[in-house]
Parts: sequence; structure tokens; C-alpha cells
Amino acid sequence: MLPLLIIILLTGGIAAGIIAYWNQAACRWLSLITVVVDFAIILFIWIEEGLSMTLTDSWLRDSHIPWIPSFGISFHLALDGLSLLMLVLTFFLGILAVLISWKEIQYRVGFFHFNLLWVLAGITGVFLTMDLFLFYFFWEVMLIPMYFLIGIWGHENRQYAAYKFFIFTQASGLLMLLAILGLYFIHGEQTGIYSFDYFALLNTTLSPDTARWLMLGFLAAFIVKLPVVPLHTWLPDAHTEAPTAGSLLLAGLLLKTGAYGLIRFVIPLFPSAAQSIAPWAMLLGVVGILYGAIQAYSQTDFKRLVAYTSVSHMGFIMLGVFSFNELATQGVVMQMITHGISTGALFILAGILYERIHTRDITQMGGLWSKVPFMGVAAMVFVMASLGLPGLGNFVAEFLILVGSWQANQPLTILATAGLVVATAYSLRIMQKVYLGSSMQGYILTDLSLREKLILVPMCIVIIWLGLFPQQVINTARSTVANTMHAGNHATIHQKQDQEEVPNTSAFNTERREP
Amino acid sequence: MLNSLWLIPTFPFLGALILVLVGSRLSRQVAARIGAGSVGLAALLTMAVGYDFLNSGVGAYQYTAWNWFDVAGLSTSFAFYLDPLSLIFIFVITFVGFLIHIYSVEFMKEDEGFARFFAYLNLFVCSMLILVLADNLVLLYLGWEGVGLCSYLLIGFWYSEAKNGYAARKAFIITRVGDTAMAIGLFMLFSIFHTLNIQDILTQAPQVWVAGTSMAVVIAFLLLGGAVGKSAQLPLQTWLPDAMAGPSPVSALIHAATMVTAGVYLITRMHTIYELAPLAQLWVGIIGAVTLLLAGCSALTQFDLKRVLAYSTISQIGYMFLAMGVGAWSSAVFHFMIHAFFKALLFLGAGAVIMALHHEHDMFRMGGLKNKLPVIYWTFLIGAASLAALPFVTAGFYSKDQILWLAWAGEKGNVWFFLAALTGAFITAIYTFRMVFITFFGKAKTQVSHVPGKRITIPLVVLSILSVFGGFIELPHTLGHFTLFSDFLSLLLPSVSLREGVESSEWILQGIAGLLALTGVYMAYVFYIRSPRISDEIKSSTYVLHQFWLQGWNVDALYNFLFVRPFVYISTLNKNDVIDKFYTMLVRATEFFNGVFVKTQSGILRWYVMGIVVGAILIITISLFVQP
Repeated sequence: MLPLLIIILLTGGIAAGIIAYWNQAACRWLSLITVVVDFAIILFIWIEEGLSMTLTDSWLRDSHIPWIPSFGISFHLALDGLSLLMLVLTFFLGILAVLISWKEIQYRVGFFHFNLLWVLAGITGVFLTMDLFLFYFFWEVMLIPMYFLIGIWGHENRQYAAYKFFIFTQASGLLMLLAILGLYFIHGEQTGIYSFDYFALLNTTLSPDTARWLMLGFLAAFIVKLPVVPLHTWLPDAHTEAPTAGSLLLAGLLLKTGAYGLIRFVIPLFPSAAQSIAPWAMLLGVVGILYGAIQAYSQTDFKRLVAYTSVSHMGFIMLGVFSFNELATQGVVMQMITHGISTGALFILAGILYERIHTRDITQMGGLWSKVPFMGVAAMVFVMASLGLPGLGNFVAEFLILVGSWQANQPLTILATAGLVVATAYSLRIMQKVYLGSSMQGYILTDLSLREKLILVPMCIVIIWLGLFPQQVINTARSTVANTMHAGNHATIHQKQDQEEVPNTSAFNTERREP
Repeated sequence: MLNSLWLIPTFPFLGALILVLVGSRLSRQVAARIGAGSVGLAALLTMAVGYDFLNSGVGAYQYTAWNWFDVAGLSTSFAFYLDPLSLIFIFVITFVGFLIHIYSVEFMKEDEGFARFFAYLNLFVCSMLILVLADNLVLLYLGWEGVGLCSYLLIGFWYSEAKNGYAARKAFIITRVGDTAMAIGLFMLFSIFHTLNIQDILTQAPQVWVAGTSMAVVIAFLLLGGAVGKSAQLPLQTWLPDAMAGPSPVSALIHAATMVTAGVYLITRMHTIYELAPLAQLWVGIIGAVTLLLAGCSALTQFDLKRVLAYSTISQIGYMFLAMGVGAWSSAVFHFMIHAFFKALLFLGAGAVIMALHHEHDMFRMGGLKNKLPVIYWTFLIGAASLAALPFVTAGFYSKDQILWLAWAGEKGNVWFFLAALTGAFITAIYTFRMVFITFFGKAKTQVSHVPGKRITIPLVVLSILSVFGGFIELPHTLGHFTLFSDFLSLLLPSVSLREGVESSEWILQGIAGLLALTGVYMAYVFYIRSPRISDEIKSSTYVLHQFWLQGWNVDALYNFLFVRPFVYISTLNKNDVIDKFYTMLVRATEFFNGVFVKTQSGILRWYVMGIVVGAILIITISLFVQP
């Protein structure tokens, strides 16, 4: 079942690309059907497993096909609660990405949908792979089509943004490749079995120094993707210049692969090394929260503003992951989903406006509420989500992260909470500049079309649903979170032992020196 | 009937939902019926539930609708908790709310956003009910932010004017500052008690903490942060006067009767923690005392009718904080209820006046309305009398008198609190009747263009009846000693123990307070009716002070200077993201070296030969000197 999810997207992408030479509408429909089929499959799995999900057995599906056995590379896909949630999000946003491009993309339609579906395939692969070689492969698969999406169908400055995106991601990805190879060889030398398999590599014993260097390799790739300040500067450009579907996938999914990588790889593979950098990582998270929020406040480009809010919200992920407790990690999972939806929706709103008035400059807008009340209400919902209003999904996420991080680091949590005030300031600024105030320009606008309602209304429902009934999501992620915490706690015990040993040795040294 | 408690917030929620979804397609009449009807149903249900609750004799009733989230020991539900305290609050919210909805049907009848208005107003009532009914602090926080959102939406209701939007954002952001403190308080409470259920925390707190524990004090201060934000107390009071940009029914409902007293509710609800944190409780009292004086002085100088009332609201909530500071919990709640009646009445009256005079807010351009708008005049006068606490006949006298007395006689009271409260009462009487005399007496300066109809006058009359007779359910020792209200709360909220040997002086203090109120009214009469020249002279001789008070002690300017401008400056300065410069420089450096090395590839053969020779020599030389 699992390889099928990817194969459907890959073949669907090729077919859509070819069919567009004859009929563009067919290409769109084919792409839509492709993603809908995947969405249906994953929902089916969720419904089937959701009832019988237990804490102990976290792997719901496993599919293992040898690929290059001589190097220990296999086509190993596995699904647990976290990947399940991420896939549901992937296909949900995938459907919306096809829908939102329906009118916007008129140039090289076939190639566009080919790239769109291949990005989704890459993302699906990233969320499913349990083989590090394959993981790196999918990491690249999602990068290159995205480069084309930005570079070909983007706005004015698209070439620059696409290069920047590519170089940042590629350079950091290479560091990860080095770390993967390092881990592969160390594990091979220790056990005699050379394997890229995640479960085999989990049990590698590493000296603290090696563990730290290897972890930094992984971390580099993930925190560039996340992104963490000061490695974030590709993001405002890429998000701003990308076509709407591109921004949606970037914000909704590509950033989440970074967060996913932290939870799936960095902490389980290098628990004690991750523990040892936790305060710094949390500090970077808080810097991101505040820096992103302050930057967002002064932006005048709608999409750039939303891009910086992403930087701010992803800071919460960094803060939560490195708090090493269940509360915060559940909050992180929740944040990955709710941010994907709320920020994705804001990009869609920006795109919809751009189609109508051909500007992203919010100083050129204002007073649109009276002309497009439906859009205004939708915008209000997602702006409120972005400032963390209780009742909407983002609140549950941020609240859990902050309650959790309070147990880990109190001063940083206070600073992060203060970020909510700045979040209020920038969020309300969006409402004020775009929808409220007096209308200066004589724009003639039409309110949302049926297609656009089909996109935004489900997003509204989901974000409210997640705010009021988040327990299903929490239960689904619970076993994965528990496993991650298990690895982390294991490290804590080890570390405590180390710390206990350290004073002894120093005492020993001084004794020796005294005579 | 008790198990239909959940329906009370649900009705207004459904009302809001319907109005948001299809409001624009409904006729005004239907929208009004849905908007006011849903709150009316909630009010009726509150009566029924309250009746059942009183008869059943249980101390509290809890209803869980569904589990919200449950992670690693943090378990929260959509659960409602009814006890005498929340019953009083939901009674005031639904009943006063209903009257204000009826009033709004006429007040907003020509507005384009009629359905939108009622959608927001219903959503507000729903959030406020959730706030006071919440059985855990996370759900309370949901209501708390929900009312903040509605307040934002309704202050900025007439959104096409930029200044309304500014006031709305200001209100949201400033209260969010307080909310952030409160959120941190919740994190601390959870890390200590491993639950955020209010009743669990309150029962465990005395076992975990001894009085004066620093942890209790810190948490109490953090919650107080949230309370001062919502209740517009020092130092976060600056948003409320600007919030008057919203329509008058909004000011009456949100910024007088209900939302701004959420801070009072929070502290009263968590009173056990404050009793374990005497320092924090003392500061509740100090903040109340200082705020009531500062806001009272500002009210003296305003010329916008609604701003007088706004400052007055800040000042009256200061009284409630003062009461909580001396542990007079039930007095605070009593004053909340009476204040909700008379201040809603005054705002609605002010709204009717403003509407009648073509949106004229300036009192000095009103005048002479006594005979032209008699119903409004008489009801407004009753509300004003209650606000000024005219002795014996008004409800405000009984509620405020309790606070005055306990500020002096209570164990935690002292002479400073008492003097502040007494001075405040005097100031209140002056600014209240200054407002009445300027607005309704003297020469008419603007013509009445609109005479209010029944939907406006009936709520006014009902509220004015409550503003008089509401006080008689709680009479002091010296006057009948009838304690229905505090008995009702006595199981929940501890009463104040008096200092020794003060009991005999109660009637003296009452006499002083009553006399001061009457003197205040007389002074207002002298200054503004009999010889207005005096007030002009005072105004011109103290011009600087007058301006200072008019601007609300220039706190706005201070905050602009300290916080707003630096933030905007830094943010704008770094609009292009200084960190990106680093990467741009990296690119420049690469391009620079590229440019340098490109020159070596000149295509001239002799340079290449030269290069090969020089390179060979270098390598040979190095290999001679450096032995591997």
C-alpha cells in the first residue's frame, strides 16, 4: 500500500504532463484525481487504524523491498502516527494546491502539474522513508521540482528566489548526506553490517564527539528547511516569489519536513547530543519567534509578511522539540498541522487578492471588507489563528508547546510567550491594512468564486475543528511522541550519569595535584 | 433543568453562527430576532437554571460537554461549572445583555452592518458566558480571548475610519500584554498542581502553600496582570477611553457591564490564591485605589460624553479592585452587579442622546435636553444618582458604602485605602453631575433630530429600576441589616473580619460619605449651573493640569515613547533584514574572486607557459623545504 502512494503521484505527474499537450483541463482534472486518490487511501488507513491504535505498537504499516542490497540500501517505507498525520496534511494541501492553480497557471500547464505532483511525491517519500539513503533521495526529489515551480511560474524576481532556495537547501542537504554516510560507515564498522536502514542505525553507539558532529550534519539540513534564524533568509524570497500553489506547499509542507526530520531523526538517532545542545536550540527558537514577528510587522508585501510569520511560528517548533517532553512535542505535531493550514490559507488569500488587483503591496489595499465580505471573514479566521486565538487549532499547538517548554526552560518560555503580543500586532496589521480602513483605490472586486470557497471553507472548518476537537490528532501522534520521548529520556538518564561522573574526575584531579 | 446549563452559552453561539453564515441575506427583522432572541432565550434559561440551582440546594453543579485535549496529564474539557458566583455573573450577562440587544435593534437600525453587529454581539455574549462558566483555566482563557476578539471587532465596527481601527487594535494588543502574563501564570500553576481545573487548584493550594509563599505571590501577580489588562486598571488602562470608538451599546455591554469586569471575576474566582499571597492582594488594593483616583480626575476634565463614562468605568472598577484588595470579595461582586446596571443605563442613555443629536459627542454642544428627551433625562438622572452614590435611595450608595466601610474597618484595610475611596466618591459625585448639568440643563445648542422609540426607552426604564432597587438586597448594619446577597455568596467567598473597636463608627463614615456625595453634587451645581464663570476660571488657571488630566495623565504619550515608537522604529529599520546582507556579501565575494580568476584565463599562450613554469618552480621549492 505505501509504495503505491508515491507511485500514484509519480505516474500521475508524468501522465498529467503528457496529457496537457492535448487538453489542459484534462491535465488539471487528472492531477486533482491523482491527489484525491492518495488522500482517500490515507484517510482509509487512518479510519481503519485510528480505532485500534495503541501505545506499544507504533508502526502501522511497513513495506520493505530490497533495492541495492550490496550497499544495504532498501526501499523501506513505514507508517506511524506522525507520518500518517503528515500525509493527511500533504494530500489535503495537495488537493488545494491543484485547485488554487486552476485559473492562476496558464503557462506550460503540463510541466507545472508534473512538478507539483512530483514535489508531493518527494514529500510523501520523505514522510515515509525508513532508509536514510532513500530519505536523501526523496529530499532531493522534492527540491528540484520546487525549484522549477518557483523559477518558472513565480513573480517578478523568481529566478533569484529560486536560486537562493536551491542553494540554501542543497548546501545544507549535502551536510546531511555527509552525516548519513558517516553514520553508515561507523555503524558498518561496529557491527559488520553495512545498512542505511533507520531501525538498524538507531542502535549505533557513538562517542559524544562523533554524535555531535553527525547530528550537526542532520540538523543543518533540517534547520535550514524549518527555517531557524539566521538561516531563514531564503524563505521570505522563496515564499514571496513562488506562485500561490508553491507558497502553499512551501509553507504548508516543505517547512514541516524540517520539523519532521528533527523529531524522526535528530532526536532518536542522537539523543544525548541533542540534549546537550537543547538550550542553544531553544534559544534559537525563541530568537526566531521574536525576530520573525518583529520583521513581519514592518513588511508591506502581503506574502513577505506572511512568510516572516512562518519564521516566527517555526520558532515554536524549535522551542518545543528541544524541550524534550510529551506536552511540547505533541504541541509541535499540532503546530506542524495547524501552521500548514493557517499560513497556507493566508498565502491563498494573498494569491486570490493578487489575481484580482495585481499587487501584493498592502499599502495599496484597504477597505476591502465591504467589497469582499466572504473573503474578509475567511481572512479574519486565519489572522486570528495566526495570533493564537483559543478555539482555533494554533492555540492548542502553541499552548501545549509553551506549557511543555516551561518545564524545560522558564526564561526562554517567558520570552516566547511575549512573542504572542507581537504576533497580535502583526496579525491585526494584516486585517487593518487589507480589509479594514477606508478604500483608497477604486478596485472592482468580486467576492470568492465557488472554487475559491471550496478551497477556503474546508480550511476554515479544519482549523476550527482542530481548535475544538484536537484529541483525535493527539491520539494518533501519541505513540510516535512517546517513542521519541523514550529515546530522549534514555539520553537524560545517561547524561545525568555523565554529569555525576564529571565532578568525581575533577575531584580526583585536584587531589592528584595537591601533593 | 440544571443539565441544560450548556445551552445558555450555546444559544448565543448559534445566533452568531447563523448571522455570520447567512446574515447578509436575512432581512433586518429576522436578523434582529435571531440576535436578540438568542440572548433572550439564554436569559430565560438562566432564570430557570438559577431557580433550579437555588432550590436544589447543591453548592455547585458541573457539566462536561466534551474533553478538549488530554496530553501528558494536562487534561482540559469543555466543562461548565455553576456556583453562586458564576450564577450572578451569567445573570448579569444574559439579562443586561438582552436589554442591550433590544436597545441595539433600534440603535443600529440604519446601519449597513446590522447582521454583522448582532453576530459579533452574540459571539461576545457566548464568550463571556464561557469565561465565567469555565471549570478550568484553559477554557476560561478561551472565553477571555474570545471576549477580547469581540471587543476588537466591535470597537472597530465602523471600520472605514482609520481611528476606530487604531482604537480596536490598541485594545486588543494592550489586553494581550496582560493575557501573556496570565498565560505564564497558567504555565506555573500547571507545573505546580499538574492540573488547570479551577476547583482542584483552589482545594490543593492551601495544602501545598503556606501563606506568603513566593510562588503563590508570583502566580497571583501574573494573574493580576491579566486582570488589569482586561479590567483597564493601572498600568494597562489606556485602551478603554479609546474603545469608546465603538457603537454605544457595545460600550454599555462590553466596556461597562461585563467584559471589563472579567478581571474582577478572575481574581474573585482565584481568591484562595490571593489569600495565600498577601503581598499580591495588597497590590490589588493599591492598584484599585490609585486607579480610581487617577481615572476620577481624568473624568473631571473630559468633554466627550462617552469618555467621561469610560473614565468613570475605570474608576468604578478601581473600587472593585480596592474591595478585593481588602478581602471584601462579596462587596466587589455586589458592586460589579450594581455597576453593571447603572453604567449600562448611563451608556445607553448617552447613546440615545448622541443619536438624538446627530452623533454629537461633545457635552458642551448639547445642553437643554431635560425637556426634549424626558425619558432619557429621568433615567439618566437615576443612573447618575446611583453612580454618584446619593445616600439611601440609590443602589450605588449601598454597594459603594460597603467598600468604603471595609476599606477602613476590614482587617486588611487601612486609612489610606479609606481616604482614597472617600476622595474618589467625592470626585465621582462632581464629575457625574457635571455631566448631567452640562448635557441636560442650560441652553440647547444642538437641535434634537431623532426621538428614541420604545426599544430604546424600555431597556432604560428597566435598568433604572434595577439601579434603584438592586441595592436593597444588601443593606448595611446601620440601616436594616439585610444581607441576602452576601449570604448567597457566603459559602464560596469568605467574609471580612473587622478590626477591633471600629464597629461603632460605621454610621459616622456613612454620614461622611453621604454628605460628601451631596456636596459634590452641589459643587457641580454651583460650577456648571449657578455661576459657570467659576468653572471657566478654574479651568483657565489650571490649564496645564487640565490638559494633563484630559489626556489621561499622558500615559499614552509615555507608552508611545517607551514601547510603540522603539518597536516600530526597529522593525522598520530592519525591514530588509540585515541578516540577508551576510549572504549577499557571500555572493559578492564569490563573484569578486570569480572576476579575479577569470582574468587568468586570457587565451594568451605565453601567460599560460609562464604560469606553468612559475607553478612548477613553486612546487619544487616547497617540496625541497617541506619534508613530508
